[in-house]
This record gives sequence, C-alpha cells and structure tokens, in this order.
Amino acid sequence: MTDKFVSIEGIAKRYPGGGGATTTIFENLWLSMARGEFCCVIGHSGCGKTTVLNILAGLDAPSEGAVIVDGQAISGTSLDRAVIFQSHALLPWRTVLGNVAYAVSSKWRSWDRAKVKAHAQKFIDLVGLTGSEHKRPSELSGGMKQRVGIARALSITPKMMLMDEPFSALDALTRGTLQDEVRRICLETGQTAFMITHDVDEAIYLADKIFLMTNGPGAVLAEVVENPLPRDRGRTDLHRHPLYYALRNHIIDFLVTRSKTFTTERPDHDPRNVPVVRIGKPGLSIASSGEEQRQTWTPGTSPGLTA
Amino acid sequence: MKTSSLRLRAGLVSIALLAAFLGIWHLATRSTAPVATMSPEYAKLMGLTATQGKSAMPGPLDVGAKLWEHLKRPFYDNGPNDKGLGIQLAYSIARVGTGYLLAVLVAIPLGFLIGMSPLLSKALDPFIQVLKPISPLAWMPLALYTIKDSSVSAIFVIFICSIWPMLLNTVFGVASVRKEWINVARTLEVGTIRRAFTVILPAAAPTILTGMRISIGIAWLVIVAAEMLVGGTGIGYFVWNEWNNLSITNVIIAILLIGIVGMLLDQILARFTRMVTFPE
Repeated sequence: MTDKFVSIEGIAKRYPGGGGATTTIFENLWLSMARGEFCCVIGHSGCGKTTVLNILAGLDAPSEGAVIVDGQAISGTSLDRAVIFQSHALLPWRTVLGNVAYAVSSKWRSWDRAKVKAHAQKFIDLVGLTGSEHKRPSELSGGMKQRVGIARALSITPKMMLMDEPFSALDALTRGTLQDEVRRICLETGQTAFMITHDVDEAIYLADKIFLMTNGPGAVLAEVVENPLPRDRGRTDLHRHPLYYALRNHIIDFLVTRSKTFTTERPDHDPRNVPVVRIGKPGLSIASSGEEQRQTWTPGTSPGLTA
Repeated sequence: MKTSSLRLRAGLVSIALLAAFLGIWHLATRSTAPVATMSPEYAKLMGLTATQGKSAMPGPLDVGAKLWEHLKRPFYDNGPNDKGLGIQLAYSIARVGTGYLLAVLVAIPLGFLIGMSPLLSKALDPFIQVLKPISPLAWMPLALYTIKDSSVSAIFVIFICSIWPMLLNTVFGVASVRKEWINVARTLEVGTIRRAFTVILPAAAPTILTGMRISIGIAWLVIVAAEMLVGGTGIGYFVWNEWNNLSITNVIIAILLIGIVGMLLDQILARFTRMVTFPE
C-alpha cells in the first residue's frame, strides 16, 4: 500500500493481571488505511476492537507501538479524529443544537455565537434533523440521538471518523436508514472511517476493507478482506451481486470457526504482513499486502488458507 | 382529571385531619378543674389555672389570638428580651444563610477537587469520615474559645454542620460523571477548566443540589439549638426565653414558625434542584 493515511504500527495492550502476571489483549498489531477508505473491524467480543478504536481516538494509550495519522504519531485525543459513540453520548442537559454547537465551539474557539450556530445548523440539516434543533436528547428516539451524534462528529470536519458499533442499539429499519446516511456522507465528504461492527451485512454494505480479528486474549488481525462489490452499491440489491455470498460466507466462516482456531493453525502468521483476501471468481488470485504471498480462494471452501 | 381529583381529595383529608387535631386540642385544654375559692390577691398570683380551672396548656384559640398579635407587629423591638418574631426569625435566617453560603463556597470547590482526584479522595477520606459524625454543637465550646464571639460562633456551627452533606455529594457527583461524557469532552480537546464547567458541573449538579438541600435542612435544625446556647437573638433564643417566661403559647407559636420556615427553605432548594435536573 502506498498511501498510508492511518498506520497502526505494532501496538499492544496489556493489563496487569492477578499475581504480577499481565494479560495481553493483543500485541504486535499492524494495520493501515488509505485516505478516504471506509474500514470495518469484525471480531468477537473481547478481541480488543474497542481498545484499538480507543487508541486510534487517543482515549487510550497503547502499551507498545505507535499510531501514525496523516504523517504524525498521535498522542492523546484530537479534533482531527471524531468519535461516534455506541451509546451516542449526548449531553442530556443540552439541546440538539447545543450538543452540536458544543463541538463546533470547541474546534473554533474564536467564532461568535451566530457563526457557531449557523455551522451547527448546517450539520443538523445534513443528518435530517431540521426542526428538532431545540429538542433535548430525552425527547428524541434512539435513531435521532445517533443522528445528533453523527452531526456532532461531522461538524468538526475531522480527518477521520471512528465509530464504535454506532448502530447496534437501533432497530433494523432505523439502522438501515442511518447506514445509508453514513455511507452517503462519507462518500460525499471523502471521509476516512474506521468502524467496529458485529453486523456482517453492515460491514459488506459500508466497508471498502474489512479487518477480521481472532478471539482474545492474544487477538491478532487475521485477514484484511477487500470488498469486491462496486462502489456505487445500493442496499436493496446488494445481495444480488455475484460475489456477495462468497464474501459473506467467507466472513461468517471466519467468525464461526476460524476466529477460534486461526492462531493455532497458522503459527507462521506474520502480523506485519497480514494476508489481503480478494474475493473473486474461482481461480482468481488473492494477493497479500506485500504481493509475495499469493493465495487462491474459491467460494465455498473458505477455511484453510495456505500461504 | 384523575390527578386533580386525587389532589382535591387529599386536600380535603388534610383539612379534616387539621380540624380533628384542633378539635381534640381544644377539648383537651378546656377549663374543667374545680375552681378553688381564694382571696383576690392570692388569685392574682396564682393565675387563671387556679382561679378559673383553666388548663396551663394553651388551647388553639389562645395560640391563634397570640399568633395574630405577633403577625400584626412582627418587627417591634422593645429591648433585648422583647423583640418581634420577624426580627428573631430574620436573625436566625441571616445566621443560617451566612454559615450555609460559606459552607457552599468551601464544599463545592473542594468537592470538585476531591472528586476529580482519586489521590485526594483517598487521602482526605479518613478525615472526612471522622469529622462528619461530630455533632455540630460539640464544636461550640471550641468555637466560643477561639472566635470569642457568640454570634460568629453560631455561624461557625452552621458552617461546620452544613459542609459535610454538600462536600460528600459533590465528591460523589463529580466522581460518578459518566465516562462517555468525559470522553466526548476529551475527543473535542476541551481543556480541564472548560470541561469542569461545561460537562462535570452540569452532570453533577443534581447530586450537588441534593446535598445542598440536605444541608439546609440540617442547618435549620442546628440553628435553634445553637441559639439556645449562645442566646441574645434568634428564634432558638426566643423559644428558650419564652420557656423561661413560662409562655407556652409563644413556645408553640415559635415551633410552628420554625416548621414553616424550614419547609420554605427546603422548597426553595427543591426548586433549584428541579431547575438543574435533566431527564435522560
């Protein structure tokens, strides 16, 4: 990969365990993202997905390693990296406008009230909450609250967005509309996005790249799956694409079986050179990131990738 | 409306209970004892209890008449031992207000510091745990000895008794602000001071106000006892003075007023609490 907008370089997270021992959530994790790319992380609970996201956000510090965003190693939080929280995390004593304006005035401290308000309003309109500016979060539905969270994150015009299962608390219908919105906004604004999800279809619909993580503790990034679906994919005809089921089966097979057995089956796994899987028609090649490992994968025979 | 009819019925029951209470009180304090015959000079000394068989306990009508008298002239001042009830209450409220405000000024910033710093929280915990259960009146001799002014000592006692609930509630409120709200401020690169005022203060405000409401209640309880000790002015002193005058009527009136003022103070703080409470 030539353009490494985000580069996670050998990070580890360890917690002191009982009796002087340390628990390693993950170690030697390498991962990179290009500018404008939408990446999803899929893995079972406890594999450290949220920790990776928190480290990217700067809310948590890695025990080892570094994260480089746009050519600079990060230290602490930054207005360049906006977070959309799973629990929306709106300030309940502020209105919709107040919540977005809080973020806007945090980024541009010198702006006057009218300018902050106008800027915040633009993003409230963008997420389709026009007319609800003066409502408090308690008066909003779950979907509307998360829209405010999205508006707040976008309003500071970040370089990248970090989303921790942003739609998992929503009902299926609302989730679908919000996925459309997020996809539209990210494509329009060229946002780089990093999203944690448990929903395979969500990842297929939204992501350009899907990171598959094995089970923790001692989790590793097992594969980077490139999404073969066209960029102008629609949510309604997604499942009709010839490669959709191949992709979906590959991810589900990973989650169901290989996420448990991956580390034992693949002792030679090189965390710096995570295999890149390109789902293609039978016989098409699957290239690793360094192009030196070439793998083939045929739909229906997902487990047992050989180097 | 079902709620309004409930309120109406509750009001009716309240009035009925009050009427029953006043009725029983009236019947219990009627003149019933036999009247002894005695010389008029002796009768003057003995009072109505002996001459007309009137109970020494005043009835509701006596109290009502006396109360009306007080309400007509609440602010008269006939020297140190005879002041209007309005003046006495004003002294008490001023003392409570001063001590309480001083406690607010100390407890809330200090509570913020302790709540935000786990180190301070642990370090100061034993002191707070020992100081908190001390009866505020136990400080009185020490206050009188060091301050050498009885009125200021009373204010100090109010200060020391109202500081603990506010301090502990502020610490608790600040320490238990939701992590996600703090994280929002952190991802927006909000500085510590601005974070304290825009996230922690509004989030902890309901808990802090609850502490302030408990404190004002305790302060009002303590002022009566403190003024009985220090004397001079105030509703507590008035109660003790009227006991020495054997005017049970005035004592009952003072008890009633103490209750009403305490209720009003509590209602004011309750209103403030509602103002800062946010629905989630």
